[in-house]
Amino acid sequence: MLYIPCPWCGPRDETEFRYGGEAGVAYPADPDAVDDAAWSEYLFVRSNPKGWFEERWVHTSGCRRWFTVRRHTVSYEIRDPRPIGEST
Amino acid sequence: MTRLTSGGDRVDRSRPVTVTFDGADYPAYAGDTLASALLANGVRTVARGIYTGRPRGVFGIGAEEPNAFVQVESGTGEPMLPATLVEVYDGLRARSVAGKGRLSDVPDNARYDHKTAHCELVVVGGGMDGLRIAAEAAGRGERVVVCESSRVLAATLQEQDDVLLLNRTTVVGQYDHGYVVAVERRTDHLPDAPETVARQRLWHVRAGRVVDTTKGMEHPYAFPDNDRPGVMLAGAAAEYVTWYGVLPGRVAVVASGNDDALRAALVLADAGVALGAVLDTRPEVPAGLADGLRGLGVDVRTGHAVCGTDADSDGAVVAAHVAPVDEHGRGTAEPQLIRCDLVAVSRAWGPPPWSGQQVRTPGGASTTVGVPSVIRVPDGDGDAAGRTFVDLHRDATLADVERAVRVGMTHPEHVKRYTTIGTGADQGRTANPVMLGVLAELTGRPTAELEPTTSRPPAVPVSFALLAGRDRGRLADPERVTPMHPWHVAHGLPFEDVGQWRRPWYAPRGDEDMDEAVRRECRAVRTGVGTMDASTLGKIELQGRDVGAFLDRIYTNLFSTLKVGRIKYGVMCHADGMVFDDGTTARLSEDRWLMSTTTGNAAAVLDWLEEWLFTEWPELDVRCTSVTDHWATVAIAGPRSRDVVAALAPDLDLGAEAFPFMTFREATVAGLPARVFRISFSGELAYEVNVPAWYGLALWERVLEAGKPYGITVYGTETMHVLRAEKGFPIVGQDTDGTVTPQDLGMSWAVSKRKSFVGKRSYGREENLRDDRKQLVGLVADGDRVVPEGAQLVVAPGGVPPVPMAGHVTSGYWSTALEQPFALALLERGSERHGERLYAVDDGEAVAVTVTAPVCYDPEGARRDG
Amino acid sequence: MTTSYVEPYVLPEHDVPHWRDVDPKRSYDVVIVGAGGHGLATAYYLAKNHGITDVAVLDKGWLAGGNMARNTTIIRSNYLWDESAAIYEHALKLWEGLEEDLGYELLFSQRGVLNLAHNLGDVREGKRRVNANQLNGVDAQWLEPEDIKKLVPILDTSRDVRYPVHGGTFQPRAGIAKHDYVAWGFARAAYERGVQLIQHCEVTGVSVDGNRVTGVETTRGPIAAGKVALCAAGHTSVLGDMAGLRFPIQSHPLQALVSELLEQVLDTVVMSNAVHVYVSQAHKGELVLGAGIDSYNGYGQRGSIHVIEHQLSAALELFPIFARAHVLRTWAGIVDVCPDASPILGLTPIEELYVNGGWGTGGFKATPGAGWVYADTIANGRPHPLAEPYRIDRFRTGALIDEHGAAAVAH
Repeated sequence: MLYIPCPWCGPRDETEFRYGGEAGVAYPADPDAVDDAAWSEYLFVRSNPKGWFEERWVHTSGCRRWFTVRRHTVSYEIRDPRPIGEST
Repeated sequence: MTRLTSGGDRVDRSRPVTVTFDGADYPAYAGDTLASALLANGVRTVARGIYTGRPRGVFGIGAEEPNAFVQVESGTGEPMLPATLVEVYDGLRARSVAGKGRLSDVPDNARYDHKTAHCELVVVGGGMDGLRIAAEAAGRGERVVVCESSRVLAATLQEQDDVLLLNRTTVVGQYDHGYVVAVERRTDHLPDAPETVARQRLWHVRAGRVVDTTKGMEHPYAFPDNDRPGVMLAGAAAEYVTWYGVLPGRVAVVASGNDDALRAALVLADAGVALGAVLDTRPEVPAGLADGLRGLGVDVRTGHAVCGTDADSDGAVVAAHVAPVDEHGRGTAEPQLIRCDLVAVSRAWGPPPWSGQQVRTPGGASTTVGVPSVIRVPDGDGDAAGRTFVDLHRDATLADVERAVRVGMTHPEHVKRYTTIGTGADQGRTANPVMLGVLAELTGRPTAELEPTTSRPPAVPVSFALLAGRDRGRLADPERVTPMHPWHVAHGLPFEDVGQWRRPWYAPRGDEDMDEAVRRECRAVRTGVGTMDASTLGKIELQGRDVGAFLDRIYTNLFSTLKVGRIKYGVMCHADGMVFDDGTTARLSEDRWLMSTTTGNAAAVLDWLEEWLFTEWPELDVRCTSVTDHWATVAIAGPRSRDVVAALAPDLDLGAEAFPFMTFREATVAGLPARVFRISFSGELAYEVNVPAWYGLALWERVLEAGKPYGITVYGTETMHVLRAEKGFPIVGQDTDGTVTPQDLGMSWAVSKRKSFVGKRSYGREENLRDDRKQLVGLVADGDRVVPEGAQLVVAPGGVPPVPMAGHVTSGYWSTALEQPFALALLERGSERHGERLYAVDDGEAVAVTVTAPVCYDPEGARRDG
Repeated sequence: MTTSYVEPYVLPEHDVPHWRDVDPKRSYDVVIVGAGGHGLATAYYLAKNHGITDVAVLDKGWLAGGNMARNTTIIRSNYLWDESAAIYEHALKLWEGLEEDLGYELLFSQRGVLNLAHNLGDVREGKRRVNANQLNGVDAQWLEPEDIKKLVPILDTSRDVRYPVHGGTFQPRAGIAKHDYVAWGFARAAYERGVQLIQHCEVTGVSVDGNRVTGVETTRGPIAAGKVALCAAGHTSVLGDMAGLRFPIQSHPLQALVSELLEQVLDTVVMSNAVHVYVSQAHKGELVLGAGIDSYNGYGQRGSIHVIEHQLSAALELFPIFARAHVLRTWAGIVDVCPDASPILGLTPIEELYVNGGWGTGGFKATPGAGWVYADTIANGRPHPLAEPYRIDRFRTGALIDEHGAAAVAH
């Protein structure tokens, strides 16, 4: 049961959240302008590091807002919770 | 009896109890464990080895117990627990087991609950140290939870301290971010506790930090025939004296490899146990301890060990074989026999017994250097001189470890898996250190170099029922019901589970079966009027200046131009272009819209909308609110539906031109404030009336009343499905499976070519451009048999597998409109194959079908205006 | 005493070592990264089917200590799509002769796998899969609730429960095997044919010259190789990163648990996707249960307790008799999951660098089939026909093999 720091509500149990995968993967501004390879990269390919990972969560059972954290995928340590789009 | 007349700080001699073990009654005291009670009564054989069947006695005093497993038959019952952890009560009834428990088929109706606590500090262990640490932290203003496996003996805490003292509470797991899970045993020692009190409670504690104050764990060494009743850990033997006032034997041989075991020998001697000999494998022991023992007349021998036992006819120890040993534990002279009924063994003390962190099992602690893990007789190998058990619980021996090493298993994990050592209910607490020592010896490596096996939570076994807690039966998963549910129940409607919703499935009259009821319901809607509770459909209200622009990006078709008061059908896709949900959206006002979703997808759609708004398009002024539960919806469908609505809403102009298809009106219906939507999922003239949820049942009853003159017929999801299928309307999740595009469904008309929307880019991929994609078609069958859903479509029946499949049947019904079976299917190149004969194969049986367009009823849409 | 004693399930006496630890050579024809079930099977079939024996199988830890040591050992081939049925059925046919082929006891037990349907959607999906299986030559049956009650008497099939049983699919030839024995059987057979098994040798880099792989960097020095085959379930992305390749794979913890040893109550394998339960009773007597995957990416080999609690709540609705059983141990593996719940198996954009990964929650059952197909692909430098659909570029073309219905949760 991870303890996840919502930037608005403070730390809450993992069960209040839904996982949002890698952060910072932008929807192409003009999808028609990218080729099939780039489009499939957007659709399906995400970083999967063993170590620090920028990832998104959404506080589904709380404020329902999305945010970004830095989490270590081995130690599960979480740092730098912040609203989507803000850098640390 | 081997109970001392006094002493034993855990038992309450003022409260005698009787326990029954293997059919015989024994006296004991409150505070005893079953293990101490049996020892007090001279019961030496408590269980049997799982594979060998050899008799086994009490070996330890806590969770490390590998031998004395019992089945508890009184109270709730337990299939297999160590007797060392079973607290006695009057009437406790237990039975020995041989390594395998038996599950009772009597329902476990005890209550189990979960409770959450937050604190700065969890203290594991409520002894002197634990309470001191707790008091100090509380004095600093910290919140403290103390978990004591047995009972806290003395509380020295101040009343104002924020300390939660949990007796009979074992920390079983320590997880990430300070999450501590502990089991509190609340009523097992109180046979008269009311049923409403939870038998056990699982604590979830979010802790700033955890301090473990439990003492270290005692490790034995192994020797031939070390499994016999009467062989016990030395520290445990001494604790039976001090905790319970019980003598674990009359004459003991102490087999020591550390100073604490010598101290344990002093405790035993002091309590009146005769010491046949005290052996220590070390060449030298501290003079003070040795002299203390010798002063009592005890035969203390250094450089000696137990290297075997003799047993009586019951298999319990009557003598120890004693020999001098070298530093490898090899006997250097013929063993000597010393009569005894207790062999108290202690090689070393390791770290505390681990409270559920996922850690490597402690192997070689510093005190163990130079003390052998296994004793062998001169010239003896393997089990030649008697079986030398490494894991008593798993009945695994030295010979098993040797066998593993011979085939190349040199990693502790491989040895564990080859021999099963350490995999038992005791987590191998007494076995793993022996195994590591043996392995080090056999492979010529220092123990410290071996990577030990990993201990796993829970630290002690936890019942499934406790982990499930209160989430059982009707509480296993939330059930969602509509405001009209009481009516459905009262009228005996069967329900269909859709997600967490319970939806009326059909509405039988008399002894109708489903087919009969559904045909009647279908005819009623097609020729008269029917009504259904449609409240479960997902409803999301969107507000803001940019809703139209947002919907343009989410739906495949255009919404921003929709006029206030009008309704539009839309399809939404994931970015991969596959259909995700569909439904109608109404524009309530300039900046308020009401979206409907499928019943099962409502939460997912809301999540989806919000994800785009929050993460990609925060500049859009749109807010989403789930209003599914705020509104109750009654669908009224059929050529006579206008008459029913007119009776309920006399002020509403229901003329086809005044209130056209795909529009809505605010109105008073049956005296209730309502929104009336002119939409149809059946192809007939139809209205959906929404009222605030608390009026739902009232509306439902008034619709039925007003419909009486027209023979209004209640229908459920099955009839709804038949009617929509006749119109070729697909159900997302039934006629689609995440691999279907709107184009595949024949909905190219709803896919805008002019605007960008989520998923559009994917239609340009190779796979989407293939001309053999599966497309939605209709099927009609020749006979009377409904084409089974899930049937696979083939060109020719028979054939040797693999038989090529061209598609499958997604929906199959009896069509009352056609008076013949009708189905929907996804079929390769389906749109080009209308008229073709195919076979639908279900469980090996082929039904001939003809491919048609998906719409088999009123393709012109002539009936929707009544 | 009420219990009769049972024979221990231990392997027969072996007179020759299964393998010997050796130091790696400076070069090999083929280096396989990952000595799990798939890696060992690949090495075995390279040697046996293709005569390629200058092979090293490297592992960062002890042999078969990753997911091979952590899975719930379910074997079945009742997948929906043709491509999946073909490769899993190929594997199942190999399983059926594997003990004999390897000369090694595997405790392979074809006790059948039952997949329960709890609502009308499950029924439709189940029947669709049964029909597809039958036409693909995979044994499959649809069972009505009364048949299921006969097959699994302890299952609560009454209607008025939270998860009523509306029927189920049954594959009689499916079953379980002893995971460790499978690894050791392949290891021994590969070792006997000259393959070197090198434990505690972690790959830290993939060496590429131009667009061709030349070997690997390891914690025990560089090793040159004509071909490098990635085969490290859970860590496919980590290895891919070393070669500059991004795979459409995410790694998640997947938890499982065992009970104490219990007298036999369950003779078949029961799975329920809808309520996230799969359970069997192993040869020794313990109940083995798998949970759903933890939501977040993780390489920690541990998950969250609420996943276990939810799983047991569901399990008790189906099997009330399990209430008094105890969880003895929980653990987690790292599963690498592809967007379509199907694996990636075949060539990579780098010449002579091959990939086998993304099997998600279901790699164990494929062990011999994946090894066979992967070995053939490596030996011939082109995808084996059964591997053809599992190429990486299906994500570009959109030709996914969406097995979420059959594989998303369960095994």
